Amino acid sequence: MSHIRSHIMVCTGTGCTSSDSPKLISAFEDELKLEGMDQEVRVVKTGCFGLCAMGPIVMVFPEGACYTRVTVDDVKEIVTEHIVKGRIVKRLLHMEGEEGEAVTSLSETQFYKHQLRIALRNCGVINPESIDEYIGMDGYTALERILTEKTPPQEIIDALKNSGLRGRGGAGFSTGTKWQFTYDAKSDDGVKYVCCNADEGDPGAFMDRSVLEGDPFSVIEAMTIAGYTVGSNQGYIYIRAEYPIAVKRLELAIRQAEDYGLLGENILDSGFSFQLELRLGAGAFVCGEETALITSIEGHRGEPRPRPPFPAVKGLFGKPTLLNNVETYANITWILNNGWEKFAAIGTEKSKGTKVFALGGKINNTGLVEVPMGTPLRTIIEDIGGGIPNGKKFKAAQTGGPSGGCIPAELIDTPIDYDSLTAIGSMMGSGGLIVMDEDNCMVDIAKFFLEFCVDESCGKCVPCRIGTKRLYDLLCKITDGKGTLEDLDTIEELCYHLKSSALCALGQSAPNPVLSTLKYFRDEYVAHVVEKRCPAGVCRNLTRYIIDAGKCKGCTLCARNCPVNAITGTVKAPHVIDQNKCIHCGLCLNNCRFDAISKS
Amino acid sequence: MPNCKTAVPYRGTPEQEERLRKVIEDHKGQPGATMPVLQAAQEIFGYLPEEVQIMVAEGLDLPLSEIYGVASFYSFFTLNPKGKYQISVCLGTACYVKGAADVLSAVEKKLNIAPGGITGDGLFSLDACRCIGACGLAPVMMINDDVYGRLTAAQVGPILDEYIKKG
Repeated sequence: MSHIRSHIMVCTGTGCTSSDSPKLISAFEDELKLEGMDQEVRVVKTGCFGLCAMGPIVMVFPEGACYTRVTVDDVKEIVTEHIVKGRIVKRLLHMEGEEGEAVTSLSETQFYKHQLRIALRNCGVINPESIDEYIGMDGYTALERILTEKTPPQEIIDALKNSGLRGRGGAGFSTGTKWQFTYDAKSDDGVKYVCCNADEGDPGAFMDRSVLEGDPFSVIEAMTIAGYTVGSNQGYIYIRAEYPIAVKRLELAIRQAEDYGLLGENILDSGFSFQLELRLGAGAFVCGEETALITSIEGHRGEPRPRPPFPAVKGLFGKPTLLNNVETYANITWILNNGWEKFAAIGTEKSKGTKVFALGGKINNTGLVEVPMGTPLRTIIEDIGGGIPNGKKFKAAQTGGPSGGCIPAELIDTPIDYDSLTAIGSMMGSGGLIVMDEDNCMVDIAKFFLEFCVDESCGKCVPCRIGTKRLYDLLCKITDGKGTLEDLDTIEELCYHLKSSALCALGQSAPNPVLSTLKYFRDEYVAHVVEKRCPAGVCRNLTRYIIDAGKCKGCTLCARNCPVNAITGTVKAPHVIDQNKCIHCGLCLNNCRFDAISKS
Repeated sequence: MPNCKTAVPYRGTPEQEERLRKVIEDHKGQPGATMPVLQAAQEIFGYLPEEVQIMVAEGLDLPLSEIYGVASFYSFFTLNPKGKYQISVCLGTACYVKGAADVLSAVEKKLNIAPGGITGDGLFSLDACRCIGACGLAPVMMINDDVYGRLTAAQVGPILDEYIKKG
């Protein structure tokens, strides 16, 4: 093998791929060939670095220079300057903070300094399409040790229990206990299943996808260990069909692991066999619920069923089934390799380890972050996230997606762990963290999440099928300016009924966004109802469009675009909007070239 | 969402039907075969018309009601054909808070179709989708495999005009 002096790492996660990173790879390869350096410099495609907002990201080692928003046109400069002459291209370096200070090493940035990467340890570090690179990062040492030493399953389960690892899918059930239940469960014909929930349906969340795209082997190894531990020879990964890159890498990873004898028949000559199959989901949020997911793998409509019996006792095809989330599996080999004590030393008393969040919405550093449990929300938003863009004020953060709740600005110092979040009416959820600023209307946000639940309700149980729809109707009434104060009480009552009577977690948690916004932003609801006003200027029917006579040049563009002829005025004279005719479509605002139209 | 029996006549070719029969043969008898077979069928035909559902039902020896139940349950399956250019406007949370609803309504107005619909000439079909994962580029619209990020409603018209010109 020739000596490689430099590595150019190009992110090929979904975010950067959407910004054309695959074109960068071929451009780098062509350019290196042109310079005759293709033998000493290697272009590597990696998983997500986390800084998705600045994508596509290119890192050049050994210097560790982090280039952001790289285009094909920049490739030549990076090669001729950095690779050939050793001069870092300052213009493309990641800038941090208001002063715009160029950062050469990514680990020194505020974005990374507060992070601790366990589940994401290999993301952006290795080529996810090469099992050799995974093995080079201590991959498969845990499985090898367990199979050659014939570690008693109870020992593995105890390690997980002691580590304090809780399910990363959202509910936070003890992983070790779950493994214990499945291990203890008796199967009449000895068949048990190990499943992985990769049906990440929470809108605005992409943690699991990034793990699978950046480090698929860690999940496969953990599932194999799970198979050995609970006594199962067959595993299924249920993954969304909407994640084509993750699906492709998983298929490739499974094939490579089989070729290396690390998956399939008689793994490492130990006599233990484990087969792994992919099952593609088909776009149903409810299939993230464990019993619905199982029904879906069985080939039916993804409808949940009552528990008990829990899947650990009676799951897939009626057999005991272990079902964990992607991020949970991604933690397991780390725990087994580094010892449960080390894992249990991270985090808070009841929430151990780290949690990956998909940071999105009104935040400067949109992306993927992993922090120790108990990190205050403020650190995530202000330090890691780099604050709110355009100097706006932080208003609230939504955790847990449609099942979670909002955390208002006054609670920004809340430590992020399972119990603190539940205590303030939100929940950990799978890890979506959406930041909202003063321009977001909280009633509208609650309506948005509810509309999602109405759409995604499977229709099996009445409380969810009809309850979410009625709640949604009530919220529409309020955002249309037709709500009354009694409606607010009805909403609250309906929320509690829904929580207590729905069949599965989708329905039980659907009211959370409504209840938490009602709790922390009741004044906004009241403004909609009493003053018929939307303080954030979002709700269309409560918005007035006004033309500033001083700025209007009388170009008539708005009047010509108005679908209901609500705008009058003569050429070169200021125009006026007739509020009685206006249907609040906003076309005038979008079309005005002189910034003369505003919302109030 | 208008996801019922389609008005467009079935135009499956014998080659497509042969490919489907092969898929059914490969999966027959396997537990939980319905979803993989329907996924393959949609890949072959582009959508799942009644004729295809009947072939799957007969092939897997399952009632048509069950096949229809599964096909109509999951949003990934479509009982309507798609346009030459498939537009998906992301309405995930990150895109939504950054103004995706305005982008969607700009597309609706421009093409005069609602999400789930297809234009009369079969050129465009429109879907509102949940998170495509490019939250850093929010708000995002996809036309076939091309991603348009950091969009404003005003940019929608010119982008679509390009496709109309291409035809």
